[in-house]
Amino acid sequence: MQEEYVLELEGIRKAYGENVVLNNVSLAVKPGEIHALLGENGAGKSTLMNILFGMGVIHETGGFDGTVKISGKEVKFVAPTDALAAGIGMVHQEFMLIPGFTITENIKLGREDTTPTFASRIFGKSLEKLDRDKMNSDARRSLDSIGMGIEEHVKVAGLPVGYMQFVEIAREIDKLGIRLLVFDEPTAVLTESEASQLLDVMKTIAQKGIAIIFITHRLPEIMVAADNMTVLRDGELVATKPIAETSLTEIAEMMVGRIVENLAAGQDMENSDAPIAISVRDLHVEMPGERVHGVNFEVREGEIFGIGGMAGQGKVGIANGISGLFPAEGDVTVFGQPLNLSRLGEALSNNLAFVSEDRRGVGLLLDESIAYNIAFRVMTTRREFLSSFGPIKLLNSRKMQRHAEEMIKILDIRCRSWRQKVGTLSGGNQQKVCLASALTLKPRLLIVSEPTRGIDIGAKELIMNYLSKLRREEGLTIIMISSELGELRSLCDRIAIVTDGKIVDILPPNAPDADYGLAMSAVSKETDSSLGEGGDNAPNYGMMGGTTGDGGGFE
Amino acid sequence: MSQMTAKNEPSAFQRAMKKFLADFGLPRIIILVTFILLFVLAGVFGMNLPSFAGDVLRRWGMFGILVLAMVPAIQSGIGPNFGIPIGIVAGMVGAVLSIDMNHAGVFAFVADDGMRAFVQAMVAIVIGVAAAIPMGILYGMLLNRVKGSEMAITVYVGFGTVSLFNILWALFPVTASILILPATGRGLRQMINLNADFAGAFDQFWQFRLPIFEFGTMTVRPGLLLVFFFACFLMWLFTRSRLGMVMSAAGSNPSYARASGINVDKMRILGTTISTCLGAVGIVVYAQSFGFLQMYGAPMMHGFLVVAAVLIGGATIRRARVFDVLLGTFLFQGILVISLPLANVMLPDVAGVPEMLRLIITNGIILYALTKVKGGR
Repeated sequence: MQEEYVLELEGIRKAYGENVVLNNVSLAVKPGEIHALLGENGAGKSTLMNILFGMGVIHETGGFDGTVKISGKEVKFVAPTDALAAGIGMVHQEFMLIPGFTITENIKLGREDTTPTFASRIFGKSLEKLDRDKMNSDARRSLDSIGMGIEEHVKVAGLPVGYMQFVEIAREIDKLGIRLLVFDEPTAVLTESEASQLLDVMKTIAQKGIAIIFITHRLPEIMVAADNMTVLRDGELVATKPIAETSLTEIAEMMVGRIVENLAAGQDMENSDAPIAISVRDLHVEMPGERVHGVNFEVREGEIFGIGGMAGQGKVGIANGISGLFPAEGDVTVFGQPLNLSRLGEALSNNLAFVSEDRRGVGLLLDESIAYNIAFRVMTTRREFLSSFGPIKLLNSRKMQRHAEEMIKILDIRCRSWRQKVGTLSGGNQQKVCLASALTLKPRLLIVSEPTRGIDIGAKELIMNYLSKLRREEGLTIIMISSELGELRSLCDRIAIVTDGKIVDILPPNAPDADYGLAMSAVSKETDSSLGEGGDNAPNYGMMGGTTGDGGGFE
Repeated sequence: MSQMTAKNEPSAFQRAMKKFLADFGLPRIIILVTFILLFVLAGVFGMNLPSFAGDVLRRWGMFGILVLAMVPAIQSGIGPNFGIPIGIVAGMVGAVLSIDMNHAGVFAFVADDGMRAFVQAMVAIVIGVAAAIPMGILYGMLLNRVKGSEMAITVYVGFGTVSLFNILWALFPVTASILILPATGRGLRQMINLNADFAGAFDQFWQFRLPIFEFGTMTVRPGLLLVFFFACFLMWLFTRSRLGMVMSAAGSNPSYARASGINVDKMRILGTTISTCLGAVGIVVYAQSFGFLQMYGAPMMHGFLVVAAVLIGGATIRRARVFDVLLGTFLFQGILVISLPLANVMLPDVAGVPEMLRLIITNGIILYALTKVKGGR
């Protein structure tokens, strides 16, 4: 093994406008090394990889500071094709395969072997004939090298998901002169046995001298496969260490740790005698990308209950299932009243309001005014904001306007007037309209999903403070779902961590960082001790089902 | 930013103009300018302008309700309803039955001819709507199964229904001789003269001729326009009602509607049904003004005419207001009314040219309208 680095990233800094997403991050990978890149959602992993591949999104937003060196030589990639030419490949999280093509055709797509023909001599290379024999034998060799016995002329459509992942890998290593491969959460969609097979393949590839950057949320896999690891948090480099010198607990701690500011969180609700506001038993939700497989919890009146976890693990699915937006099964009782999850509007008519994580898609009518958006749900479900003209009831604009103006003041919605269309508001102000609309329903239980995603700090703070105030002054029960653990820990009394569609643990906000990190990698306290050593028997960290949602994506 | 604005600050007028242009839309301005140009040109060629103006108003009222049928369809989310012929054939059933009843003496109790025409038209509308409701519900259920490709499906469902009813017309069990094809003794005629029936049922009210200086006289039919405006007013009321707002939310953002406890599929069926019913009403109003009821393939292309009209009026395939109907119908029919005789004057004495021109102009406007379709969000 040569000691020189195949890839060196030095002092990388990247900002989107004022927002610094990467600050002074360095990363060096040797040939034949498997280097794990770790961090929560939004820690900067994706941005770092975008920089490595010279993605357009980086240049369009003002480029980056720092240097990228390949084999000791500084390079400047301006397009992904430059990176490919330099021998850097990527195994994508979403499968970039064409279903109707055979495995060979997919592996060779864009790099077909051809032989000259009569027409091509006249009209150029694009009319050359495919050299199918050579393509097939190349594909065969690549497939063999990762231990995949499947026939190369089979169509990709209908292959098991795991096989598709292997075809992707075969395609990357078929490229001549490949030196570095990036695996972006390759095991997220695989079954347990497929995942352990994949880890073996990665080791095989590494032994050939190809360096690997391995991005994953599943810490036990790292213990099994990786040589070194780098942890990012909020765009900062936390540590780079050999795996041998660290432990699962330490990595988890490094991923999560941050200062927690407390907004009167952590009331001891578990032992309180307040009546149960909502009880959820064995909830299953069929939400694509956020499946829930059997969740149980209870929330007491006046509690702020947090639900956290990585993207795509099912935390968002819980809220959408209870609100009846996706097919769900299970027993949900709200204030003693069982919910019929298959009935539309059931949650709304049971004092439950839901602020969706999909603001623009589910939360708002973008072409309508602020006032209309705030009033709409109350108007349709409670028939308020209407006035009667004989038998017909028409919209009462005056009432609607007065209410909207009040909400605009309370929530500090920055707008020209109540007439402004919500589609033209900023994300933070749209979120405030969503919240105003939910509060207009005067719910006893409020479920807010990702209330701070993609909004500015000021709006974030206001929303957090307002939620805390609602609980304090009006005794509103709140379930808050968020990918930002820090937020949950500053606001909630208890926090459930969801992984693979199940609640792994319910923790108090002041629980050690390590506990949170472990729960997010699907290691509950009880099984902790059995891990950390690695070995042939992959531990049961649950890889069944559940595709990832917005975890990465390098487009 | 500040340096730029300092250099050429737009005046209040410029800003107002810009806003007006953006709100009103360039396509509409182009059509409006074309209309005015044609009108002036017709004057230059010494044509009877007041008579044209009367015709424009009449065609406005004739087509208006058919175009109005686009509003509930677009608002409920199925998009422009090219399948309006479904409603039209329902209206035709109503009209034919009403004529048959008249000749069987059912309306003999109304002494006055004008009143009888009115009653007969109302009966045609009631029967037509009654037939349109089940057809609209079935049509809506079909459209719920083809979400995302409604534009193409509605066209062909419309064609298919017209063809299906062609068979029905050929076998329609009526007795009035005015309805029956004389050559065969059975089946309906291609074109039914309504003079002895409900021709002018609405047009007749308060109709007057307005002389405009020495240019000529303009025939105004307030009755027809009142019926059209009343239908528009009802539609506007509906869009302000709770049900109307729920339906429009279901159309503009189905996920939002579902999260608000709205059954989106039901609302789409509602919108489709209202649209189909308006098609039935629309054809009766159209026929009473036209004086003839055209059977068989006549409604085949009506879908394109009405969709083009509402799009020219400023609607998109996701949003349509009553105002778009008023403006769009006026401009579309206005251009047709003036351009055809104008073309005849400019290109006289060539056999077959007027018909060709009619097709070129009509379809040209339809094509233009469809290229201006904004695909919603």
